[in-house]
Amino acid sequence: MLSYILRRLAATVPVLFTVAVMVFLMLRLTPGDPAAIIAGDNATSQQILDIRTKLGLEQPVLQQFFIWLGSILRGDLGESFFFRKTVWELISERIEPTLSLAVLTIVLAVIIAIPLGVVAAYRQGTWVDRLVMGFSVIGFSVPVFVVGYLLVYIFAVKLGWFPVQGYQRISGGLGPWFRSLVLPAFTLSVIYVALIARMTRTSVLEVLSEDYIRTARAKGQTEVKVLFQHALKNAAVPIVTVVGIGIALLIGGVVVTESVYSIPGLGRLTVDAVLARDFPVIQAIILSFSFVYVLINLLVDLSYTIFDPRIRY
Amino acid sequence: MSGPILEIRNLTVGLPKGGDRANAVENVSFHVNPGEIVCVVGESGSGKSVTAHSVMGLLPKGQLKATGGEILLEGENVLTATPSRLRALRGTRMSMIFQEPMTALNPVVTCGAQIDEVLQIHTDLGAAERKEKVLAVMNSVSLPDPEKMFDAYPHQLSGGQRQRIMIAQALVLDPALLIADEPTTALDVTTQAQILKLVSEMQERRGTGVLFITHDFGVVAEIAHRVVVMQKGHVVEAGTANEVLKNPQHPYTKMLINAVPPLTPAVRDEKTGPVALETVKLCKVYGGGGFFQKKREVRAASDVDIRVRRGETLGIVGESGSGKSTVARCIARLIEPSSGGIVVDNMDIARLSERQLRPHRKHCQIVFQDPYRSLNPRRSVGASIVEGPMNFGVSADAAHAKARDLMKLVGLSPDALDRYPHQFSGGQRQRICIARALAMEPEILIADEAVSALDVSVQAQVLDLLDDVRKKFDLAVLFITHDLRVAAQICDRIAVMQNGVVVEHGKTVDVFTNPQHAYTRSLFEAAPGRNFEFARVA
Repeated sequence: MLSYILRRLAATVPVLFTVAVMVFLMLRLTPGDPAAIIAGDNATSQQILDIRTKLGLEQPVLQQFFIWLGSILRGDLGESFFFRKTVWELISERIEPTLSLAVLTIVLAVIIAIPLGVVAAYRQGTWVDRLVMGFSVIGFSVPVFVVGYLLVYIFAVKLGWFPVQGYQRISGGLGPWFRSLVLPAFTLSVIYVALIARMTRTSVLEVLSEDYIRTARAKGQTEVKVLFQHALKNAAVPIVTVVGIGIALLIGGVVVTESVYSIPGLGRLTVDAVLARDFPVIQAIILSFSFVYVLINLLVDLSYTIFDPRIRY
Repeated sequence: MSGPILEIRNLTVGLPKGGDRANAVENVSFHVNPGEIVCVVGESGSGKSVTAHSVMGLLPKGQLKATGGEILLEGENVLTATPSRLRALRGTRMSMIFQEPMTALNPVVTCGAQIDEVLQIHTDLGAAERKEKVLAVMNSVSLPDPEKMFDAYPHQLSGGQRQRIMIAQALVLDPALLIADEPTTALDVTTQAQILKLVSEMQERRGTGVLFITHDFGVVAEIAHRVVVMQKGHVVEAGTANEVLKNPQHPYTKMLINAVPPLTPAVRDEKTGPVALETVKLCKVYGGGGFFQKKREVRAASDVDIRVRRGETLGIVGESGSGKSTVARCIARLIEPSSGGIVVDNMDIARLSERQLRPHRKHCQIVFQDPYRSLNPRRSVGASIVEGPMNFGVSADAAHAKARDLMKLVGLSPDALDRYPHQFSGGQRQRICIARALAMEPEILIADEAVSALDVSVQAQVLDLLDDVRKKFDLAVLFITHDLRVAAQICDRIAVMQNGVVVEHGKTVDVFTNPQHAYTRSLFEAAPGRNFEFARVA
């Protein structure tokens, strides 16, 4: 088990290296000069050249790459071209809102979706099932920003229950923090509720026809426990996989949501950095996102062993 | 309690509209006394399982429903009991064990916890008391090392051990009635013998009444006190085991008993045709581990030397895991042998590449165990039959003409070629599989447990068909089976396998009348109903 984890972690190195190369090259190949953006519209070409030299953009690309790689290996993510802060500082400032939003979204999605899916499976073919599946189709098809603005209009503008936008730091108290996140988290979770509920239904449906479900009933077990103790644990592996994929996709989703709700998180930082051609920030964010992807995949794989004792690494 | 534990009176269970008959079971009446084993016998579709599930209230919701009669469990009608009353009865007054111990246990819950669950549902005992009771019942069903088994998951146990866990789970609260639905059908003969012994022991010691569902008259002869024979939803005959087995009255019972193949081998001529197939020190090793993984090797077959002549049937018998199917699959090159040779037509095919192998594929065809899963459900049977020959360049017209001939040969109408597999019965599908294999004009036919999934009456017909086509096409037949009775009837020679090794090899008559190896003898001793001379009636 331990050797498996170590091997999987070792395998992240080539993945991250490939990502590093791709990101670096792609940024150098896209049009747009960070020095020109920093210097502003009225700068002379000499001024731009000076800034470029200062940022090290005059050196050959290969040399730039290895300097960057070297500093990453020392744990130094470099300095932002634009914000006059180290990239490390920038990311740690912005990680709290993004993490809060992501965790709340997934928790919300799981809490809503799994009971829905189980009930739909148990009542297969009835109106309950059709209702859940109908909702699931809508959840898939309506774009995030439509749901977002709709919720803002109803619950923030009309009813005034939640703030329209903005983020309250967790250090300012759990109440305001939670209130500021309810609408964005709910918006983001809609599609995951649809996805996870659908997967749960399919997976539980398959398990319900298994012999051991009949055995549990033959023991005199109640239907609720048959469903949630016997069926759900057996149905867990595909569900966990989808939740894992959901978390990974979520990282992309926060970019839009944070823009809609003006939350100063990593998503917003990414957008700002891209617009400003802030190379070190973009590189660092993409690299850390891909590390999180790999890590989540590993965690999902490891969680299989909790749900299914037949799986051993 | 003096009256019967279970009394079924005029039970009728309706089938949903569009079924092949109106009722799954109709006017079924019989009873089980305390301390008595009643066997309900019948072929698939006879309604025996439906009857058993009705007693437990476990009929699939919305599909089957008892529409008439009553089922009295110690005088209480379970058909009119409320769901919560029914739940209270299950596990306490009546309990059930099932056919597949592999799938009947929850794979992600420890065995101890699954037995414990019954106590948790029905008693107020504390954790320590419960554990003590669970260990005691595990001990009583002779599970080795109950402490360790308590924390084991089902997949870590053998099939027999799993069925013991099921029995422990069923008996932990001393129910008055135990329903056993084909509990030994999925087990090896030696394990089956142990489980049957366990069931009769437990039943004697605890005075439980047992309703035992089976299709196997060998098993009936082994344990039944009384027998109920069912056909198409009706009870056609009932009586004591001796009466029914020795002096059956109903034609259906007579037919079933006659269809049980005798353990004495049939007389067969010595075959002297040319050798069609020979294996030389054939080995198959599974596993081996990767770069970082621990090396874990399983020798599924080691140093197997067998030889089959044209026109001869060689039986490979053994229990599950003995390597008999591995050998068959190596010979057909469905899996790669690890070492050794397979000689066909004076050529060693063990090492041929996939491309070099293609011409050989024609010579060797397999009929598999489960006719329900070995035909593509989305293709007409005609398409399945002509696919092979057309792959080898036969024109569509010729292949279809051939398919029509073959359908006639296997006893089906040539007009049925356009139909799909689900429109045929199990026996008919196996005939189609045989036709499909023959369409390739093979020299070697491998039948891998080809009759094991079939009812006895159908089994006899398919065995006859296999023997007919062997004669007609002068085939070398490799007959893989776990069933000694079947092997006795169809094989010229027999190879007995255990743990990947051929432990005994000889003419069927010799192996059956004078088995040399201890393992072979233990197989014969375990064969159910071996001491019972079944009535041979016309």
